[in-house]
Amino acid sequence: MKERLRHTAKRLTTNDRSEDGGRPSRERTDDGPRVPRPKRARSAAVAPSGVARSAAGAAPILPPESGAPHVLIVGGGGTGGALAHDLTLRGLRVTVVERGEITSGTTGRHHGLLHSGARYVTTDRAAAIECSAENKILRRICPGSFEENDGLFVAITDEDAAYEKRFLEACWECAVPSRRIEREEALRMEPGLNPELRFAIQVPDATMDAMRMPLRFFATARCNGADIRPFTEVVAVTMAGRTVSGVRVRDRSADREYEIGADIVVNAAGPWAGRVAALAGVTVPVAPSPGVMVAVRGRLCNMVVNRLHSPGDGDIVLPQRQLTVVGTSSWLVDDPDDLAIAPEQVEAIVRGSAELVPAVAKAEIRAAWSAARPLIGGSGAGSGGSTGSGGSTGSGAAGGAAGRELGREWQCFDHATDKTPAQGFVTVAGGKATTLRAMAEGTADVVCAKLGLVRPCSTNDVVLFPHSAWYSA
Amino acid sequence: MNVRFRISRFKSGDRKRRFESFELEVELGATVLDALLAIRRLLDPSLVVRHSCMHASCGTCGVRVNGREVLACDTKIAGLPAGKPILVEPLRGQRPVADLATDMVDFYARFDAAGLPLVRAAEVPAGTEPPDGIKAFGRFENCIECGLCLSACPIARWSHSYIGPAALAAAARVVAEPRSLGLGPVLALAGEHDSVWRCRDAMQCTAVCPSAVDPAGALLDLRRHVAAGGLKRLFGRGAKLA
Repeated sequence: MKERLRHTAKRLTTNDRSEDGGRPSRERTDDGPRVPRPKRARSAAVAPSGVARSAAGAAPILPPESGAPHVLIVGGGGTGGALAHDLTLRGLRVTVVERGEITSGTTGRHHGLLHSGARYVTTDRAAAIECSAENKILRRICPGSFEENDGLFVAITDEDAAYEKRFLEACWECAVPSRRIEREEALRMEPGLNPELRFAIQVPDATMDAMRMPLRFFATARCNGADIRPFTEVVAVTMAGRTVSGVRVRDRSADREYEIGADIVVNAAGPWAGRVAALAGVTVPVAPSPGVMVAVRGRLCNMVVNRLHSPGDGDIVLPQRQLTVVGTSSWLVDDPDDLAIAPEQVEAIVRGSAELVPAVAKAEIRAAWSAARPLIGGSGAGSGGSTGSGGSTGSGAAGGAAGRELGREWQCFDHATDKTPAQGFVTVAGGKATTLRAMAEGTADVVCAKLGLVRPCSTNDVVLFPHSAWYSA
Repeated sequence: MNVRFRISRFKSGDRKRRFESFELEVELGATVLDALLAIRRLLDPSLVVRHSCMHASCGTCGVRVNGREVLACDTKIAGLPAGKPILVEPLRGQRPVADLATDMVDFYARFDAAGLPLVRAAEVPAGTEPPDGIKAFGRFENCIECGLCLSACPIARWSHSYIGPAALAAAARVVAEPRSLGLGPVLALAGEHDSVWRCRDAMQCTAVCPSAVDPAGALLDLRRHVAAGGLKRLFGRGAKLA
């Protein structure tokens, strides 16, 4: 009884204090929720201890600009992290809220491919061109974060071989370096390939650690003053009329609610973007499209191995530490939190991948999981005023069953121009892990334009802190 | 199947942890992480749990299940004793965030001291030739920085000056493959506070490691190097360890 009374009393005081309503001050040091509160890393603590891991010293520590506009980002995935980094470099005050751990949504779950762009050259040229450019930039600003072993597109059947000409031409048109490799040479590079292959095409694919690469954006953003709050779920978007004034969040680590004021709220919630948009009374045409991936024991290749045909199910094999990841499939769902996997999907993916690397079929399965891509299209397509752009709009076909026909482009929606507008509310959706920096650049351009600021993007050249800086005290 | 979980709960501001029970229906192949996320989705949205990759590659979902350090994503419910509630607790020795989440700051303060680069040389079958433009195949280090070994180590639990198994295994990797790093700092680290000599061979680190790093074995290698360095200092360059 005594315990309960004390508990109640504590809650009341917590609530009192938490109604801060206004803008969060980064200097606030009240004893509120403890750890998720970012600790601004001291540069000394962050400097990699004599490590070849990165030239992190190149990332500047900017003094936070007092009185600068405040941008609140909903979603702690790769897009939110890259956007926080971009906006802090442009001198804005930034807060990121994420309902779970950073990168716990789609970002951390993808197969870890740093796209060369080749996968999309025949189906989505704009995405291919952008991937090709971003591939080079990310290698430059995230040194040490990739297994830079290149990739192969392998032709096994007549049908695959017939695809070669179209594929090579499209690679050339999209500025994706490509080179034909004869069968024997390919087998010398990757002895685990299906010996029945006809030939292969080498492209500059690479693999990344799906969590640690984006974590570098978060680490650098926080060092530059961004306030990043995991385990903080948005429960409402606060509005004055049709103008967004901030968000109301529930801090899951302390079980309390409070408000955060903002000049602009950016919805970067990936496949959950539709839910966040609904809180502001607007819609976004985001279709959660899960894909299944399977990790088997053993490192069965060093290069990324793709099937030479248009993107389909079970046509990619990637090395990852001592595992091999194979994927993937594609379908559409309503609830990105409920991504049940049918055993048939796992079997189909393993079967398809084993045509590329036969040892996959006999390897022990370590894990099978799914991640929801935030594809643009589906219901509500076209309702948002599209501003930033990663390329041409895909087919926009609504109600497709698989999501393969939806483009991989990304878009930034300024909801001020919607039929039922929400001023000060922007959604960024779509895209790939490989294009996170470009998505952030385009979205930050929109945010700055809305604030009437002319601030150029500089994320092209700023080398990021190593991922471990995220955990520095 | 119907499974009962007893989960350690804690919120910032709470005086102590308590246990809360949840019952739910899980599918045969479900992992502990699947169940925790289902509990969060269906029964209690306030449950705080760390996770990211879902396939034992990122190292964020380390917890203790029935007292044993595991990755929740890598622990099949069907493999646990049936009929008993499944006990889920956070890792030991790390600062609590809430519920099952811990802050990895202390882990990284130790681990980072070894300065291990993320990418190492990949093993390749004999006769393999990397393609044009690639000097040698590389791959990420085995250690996924999950902290299970640090939580399981009986010495690290009581002594904060002991840098613990993950950091010593990282140091051993630098010694085995220095890349461009000098060995001086890393051997000094291993010798500091008698780090390599404080291990009492409990072998818990190697037993719980989900990524075959074998910290206990790495530590034995490191001891040889540190000892050899010590002998050289005592007897000059020619000294060899028997």
